[in-house]
Amino acid sequence: MKPTTTEFKANARVALDDAQLQRALAGLPGGLVAQRTAARARLPEFEALRDVGRDIRDHALAHLDLYLEEWERNATAAGATVHWAETAADARDAILAICQRAGARTVTKGKSMVSEEIALNGHLEAQGLEVVETDLGEYLVQIRGEVPSHIIAPAIHLTQDQVEADFRKRHTHLPKDRVLIEAATLVGEAREILREKFLAADVGITGANFLIAETGSTIIVTNEGNGDLTQSLAKVHIVITSIDRVVPTLEDVSSILRLLARSATGQEFSTYTTFSTGPRRSGDPDGPQACHIVVLDNGRSELLGSELREVLRCIRCGACMNHCPVYTAIGGHAYGWVYPGPIGAVLTPSLIGVKQAGHLPSASTFCGRCEQVCPMKIPLPKLMRHHRETEFDQGGLSWSYRKGLALWGWLALRPRLYHLASRFGIAALGAAGRRRGSFRRLPFATGWTRHREFPAPQGRTFQQLWAEHRAGLPR
Amino acid sequence: MSGPLSARPRVGLFVTCLVDLMRPSIGFAAVKLLEQAGCEVIVPAGQTCCGQPAYNSGDRATAAALARQTILAFEGLDYVVAPSGSCAGTLKAHYPALLSDDAAWAGRARAFAERVHELVSFLVDVRKMSRVEAAFRGRVTYHDSCSGLRELGIKQQPRTLLASVAGLELVEMAESEICCGFGGTFAIKYSDISNAIVEKKTANVANAEPQMLLAGDLGCLMNLAGKLKREGRAIAVRHVAEVLAGELAEPPIAVAN
Repeated sequence: MKPTTTEFKANARVALDDAQLQRALAGLPGGLVAQRTAARARLPEFEALRDVGRDIRDHALAHLDLYLEEWERNATAAGATVHWAETAADARDAILAICQRAGARTVTKGKSMVSEEIALNGHLEAQGLEVVETDLGEYLVQIRGEVPSHIIAPAIHLTQDQVEADFRKRHTHLPKDRVLIEAATLVGEAREILREKFLAADVGITGANFLIAETGSTIIVTNEGNGDLTQSLAKVHIVITSIDRVVPTLEDVSSILRLLARSATGQEFSTYTTFSTGPRRSGDPDGPQACHIVVLDNGRSELLGSELREVLRCIRCGACMNHCPVYTAIGGHAYGWVYPGPIGAVLTPSLIGVKQAGHLPSASTFCGRCEQVCPMKIPLPKLMRHHRETEFDQGGLSWSYRKGLALWGWLALRPRLYHLASRFGIAALGAAGRRRGSFRRLPFATGWTRHREFPAPQGRTFQQLWAEHRAGLPR
Repeated sequence: MSGPLSARPRVGLFVTCLVDLMRPSIGFAAVKLLEQAGCEVIVPAGQTCCGQPAYNSGDRATAAALARQTILAFEGLDYVVAPSGSCAGTLKAHYPALLSDDAAWAGRARAFAERVHELVSFLVDVRKMSRVEAAFRGRVTYHDSCSGLRELGIKQQPRTLLASVAGLELVEMAESEICCGFGGTFAIKYSDISNAIVEKKTANVANAEPQMLLAGDLGCLMNLAGKLKREGRAIAVRHVAEVLAGELAEPPIAVAN
């Protein structure tokens, strides 16, 4: 997917003006946010579990090489084929080759953000394969020619009216006068259509929420059951995942799963949590004949040894974006690449560069709510600040901003001069704003005054008044 | 260092650049409250800004230089108190990280951070103040500014003291813990997004139908007062210290003299 991260401001403007999107986003506080709050309240040890989860992930990342090797040994012993992919292109090529060897025409897909990261669908379609997303949200996004706007709720930017309109436009073989008012009827229609695809699929591709080193398993966490049909009905199952997903043991993953669904949707556990270990064994009632697991690096191993390492703890629950004032104002598409919200503001520049994605970590108020809700306690604001430092060191930011900052810094480091200069500056500004009490427009702060008044200063500085007060003068 | 409550600790007031420049009456309200809490207040002239504009813009070197300047300016004082959760958060939660790779300063930054407090939490948590001698007749709502809330755990302290203000009725607005969209330079750099965030906030404020909106950070208050005024909503906006100190002679923020 070609990033539009450099157009972030324009993207955001479009999003803010999109009434339909704003209606869809207005559902977040009463939806996912309220559900998480309730789930957290029902589990007294929730906060303690966050420490446990963080420690498990930190430990796994500190010994990532060992755990990946252990996982590979066990996965291979169970009959899976492991493919290591250093780049997105490597992963795409590996998956295409597997599909072609299987003689595939139709490929079903469960939800996978890594597949978005490597822009898999377009690559397979260019080779004549039919690719069908089977997660309802992903399906909606696919038939609209869009990308997910949220990592767990890909179609959260859509309202039910839009879905109905899209279904009528897309599913032209169905009666025009059918009733599609309720969500259940929409789901029913999608189910009918997807069922045929499940049965026709030659290859099923899923992601993996975790890899378990001690068993060689992969896990998917879903609510619709589509992932299970995707991976068990086709002859060949391909898992596309990334190196940071590994955890040492079943015990470890159990602890983390207690946090995942609660943080994501407020469920105690997702409807389906499916552990897969290799292809179908003799005696198994169902399952794929072959299982391939493609493990992507795509820059993650670089992060491992860097100050950004903590971002790899992420378990992709989406809580950070649900609670982010910026995300809830503009939605996911404005972020311009695969991962939106606070995690995207850290991950995107880490993977595609600060030069390309510098806006994302800059466009944060540092309110800290993301870090507060992150089940893995990722210090997202700190990591965003790290990107800002990289951008500053690389000479990013506009000339005028840099000059302004430099002048201010120079002055602020000379307290006597600073206090003298601010005394005069504030006297002038105070006099100009006294009558109205605020400014309708200020030339150096038009961004501010376009939307709000700029309050006038009282006219004298505290330091000045304090010096007079100390000298015994009345205030 | 902290000594018994009866002792008269020497408190350095970190004025904050916004209070210094925009609204010195908050500084005087802070001094009054600190003196009521039995402190001797010193205002070092060597302070300017905590460095957040540089720190949040990625200019670590300037931020570190300002951190060293601030630490030096407050040397020898028992406490450093700021009428802002955001600036106090920078001094307390970020200076140690900012200077951690500077061998000569890392320890000093940690020791300094120990002495730093936000004003209202200092009054309640350290000075054990549970009431103030002030009066305000009317409905008031309180916005929990982000840094104070999440970096310093300021939530109950202002409410405790506000409850003792004669005639004051505190009404909680919806989503009082959600950011107002200020974010320092964010409000100017990403003004459209900032506006969308503050619009939600002022709607929540207005729904609580208060006469006055309070918070502990002038940055947020300037943002909120400016928006409320642009929207034509007649809700007075003040720093919580002004009400707690009974210093209401100056007009509210963004209101003409």
